[in-house]
Amino acid sequence: MSGNIQLLTKALATARAENRAALVGYLPAGFPTVADGIAAATAMVEGGCDIVEIGLPHSDPVLDGPVIQTADDIALRGGVKIVDVIRTVGEVHEATGAPVLCMTYWNPVDRHGAERFAEELAAAGGAGCILPDLPVEESAGWRAAAERHGLATVFVVAPSSRDERLAKITAAGSGFVYAASLMGVTGTRESVGAQAADLVSRTRACTDLPVCVGLGVSNAEQAAEVAGFADGVIVGSAFVKRMLDAPDTPSGIAAARELAAELATGVRKR
Amino acid sequence: MSTDFFIPDPEGQVPTAEGYFGPFGGKFIPEALVAAVDEVAAEYEKAKGDPTFAAELNDLLVHYTGRPSPLTEVRRFAEHAGGARIFLKREDLNHTGSHKINNVLGQALLTKRMGKTRVIAETGAGQHGVATATACALFGLDCTIYMGEVDTERQALNVARMRMLGAEVIAVKSGSRTLKDAINEAFRDWVANVESTHYLFGTVAGPHPFPALVRDFHRVIGVEARRQVLERAGRLPDAICACVGGGSNAIGIFHAFLSDETVRLVGLEAAGHGVESGEHAATLTAGDPGILHGSRSYVLQDEDGQITEPYSISAGLDYPGIGPEHSYLKDIGRAEYYPVTDDEAMQALRLLSRTEGIIPAIESAHALAGALRVGRELGPEGLLLVNLSGRGDKDMDTAARYFGLYDTPQGDAK
Repeated sequence: MSGNIQLLTKALATARAENRAALVGYLPAGFPTVADGIAAATAMVEGGCDIVEIGLPHSDPVLDGPVIQTADDIALRGGVKIVDVIRTVGEVHEATGAPVLCMTYWNPVDRHGAERFAEELAAAGGAGCILPDLPVEESAGWRAAAERHGLATVFVVAPSSRDERLAKITAAGSGFVYAASLMGVTGTRESVGAQAADLVSRTRACTDLPVCVGLGVSNAEQAAEVAGFADGVIVGSAFVKRMLDAPDTPSGIAAARELAAELATGVRKR
Repeated sequence: MSTDFFIPDPEGQVPTAEGYFGPFGGKFIPEALVAAVDEVAAEYEKAKGDPTFAAELNDLLVHYTGRPSPLTEVRRFAEHAGGARIFLKREDLNHTGSHKINNVLGQALLTKRMGKTRVIAETGAGQHGVATATACALFGLDCTIYMGEVDTERQALNVARMRMLGAEVIAVKSGSRTLKDAINEAFRDWVANVESTHYLFGTVAGPHPFPALVRDFHRVIGVEARRQVLERAGRLPDAICACVGGGSNAIGIFHAFLSDETVRLVGLEAAGHGVESGEHAATLTAGDPGILHGSRSYVLQDEDGQITEPYSISAGLDYPGIGPEHSYLKDIGRAEYYPVTDDEAMQALRLLSRTEGIIPAIESAHALAGALRVGRELGPEGLLLVNLSGRGDKDMDTAARYFGLYDTPQGDAK
């Protein structure tokens, strides 16, 4: 079975046709449990997310701030495995019809086997993968596997990326380009860096792929600001934080749904 | 003194342009760090060809560090090792008390050349942190050291030393709260502050160019030792023993002997409570190839690629990874790596203290325990070189508890 890269492309095209940015929501699998994580990600789509990223919790999340580290810890202590991550991708896609990507550090995929991982992700209905610590230079093996299985490979670009690297990275990527709004790890910020708009415009000069902006966005106002210059707005830590702050799981899931609805209003106010 | 202290890989093995030693190494880093890591590599290439850089570094190594470090023959200790002759390379006598200063001074000079004003570093036992804080004081750089909370407790003396030197020490509370987690936190800092900040990486792991760069700054250990042992014993040693955590002191002493095929290169890794107990840091004995902290090498991991928590009584060896060049040397059979338990290391620590009046670091005691084994294999004709990578002052609390040296029982809730 082939992966759902086309569904991802279509979701981004639909948002563009509606003259708005797409809303991309992130949640680690297995947080707070596998079943509740599936329910929460499903609620995020029902609330207004167009695209979902399911994180593969890692023992050493060097690109994540304290909020996602905490969620990863909870998931790993709960015993989440790669098979549960794939299952989460599959069930969220099946329940919502939305494109679902996996976001993971490279070592779990390397260990599992790139071909096997791509095959299983595609079979579950996944749309692609974001591999934030796999640089384009080391990505040929993965990209071949992803292409064989109809999966997007979404690369991250950063404000520090020089134009020649942007060209190289965007030429290798598919689905969309993940533009990091600032230099730093995941987490909510008071303001989205001014560097983001500049990075998006430099990226657009290299590629026709949609450019989505992540890192730091936590509310409707920031989402609207980013929607003014990007094709998509990626929100992760803010969802996790709402769930961590909730008194119990049902209210955490409700809070995630509410946040998705708020952000969905934001991405329509460009 | 002439410029023979800093000699970057004149004929030794050099990684590929992408940073590979065979299948190990590379550069697995987020895009946000690519420009910074490339800048380090480019600046290092320039520095290597710049006689001013070599002259400045050599001057520091002689007049600040105190190089060359002595070679000490330990006859009474050797009686316990089958009668083989044993020489210690005394990196413990360097300024700051370990080999770590060699690399730190080199990278501090690079930091100045790059125009950066702030340095961050990870530390396990605190030796790299102390050396880094020292160089930052000397060069007037802002300094932040990340150290696992478990290690700030068991190496409290070094925490105080770093703070005395003006560094900020941040106790890392995530994960296993040891060296691995300190490195994670340092990477997080670097991603956010890369404009102003150099990550002064402390071992021969990490993304290219660090494994080659850190090794080059430590090659001086083996270059000196080779010359010294030839002068003193009239021949090359049969074996060289060094402890391996990330592997910097070991690669430093091994490298000048790589093409001396008769010289066995023996790395000793921390077996903690025993490899079979699951509580150890014996990466090359029990690990598999994987990616940790920016390069492919052996790592301790589960079937899902999650890094497993290591354990060792030695904070400096308590690491689930290893430098990629060691993985390569193991796979091609040029170096051998064996586990040494906490108990074996502590016995060796006490033995050297009581036979020679030299208190080694617990890290280096793993190398001594290895030397006792290898010496017995070699017999009375054997000639052994051991890298005594650090001194044991920092470990006196751990040792006093282990051997019951305090007059009154000390609480564990320190």
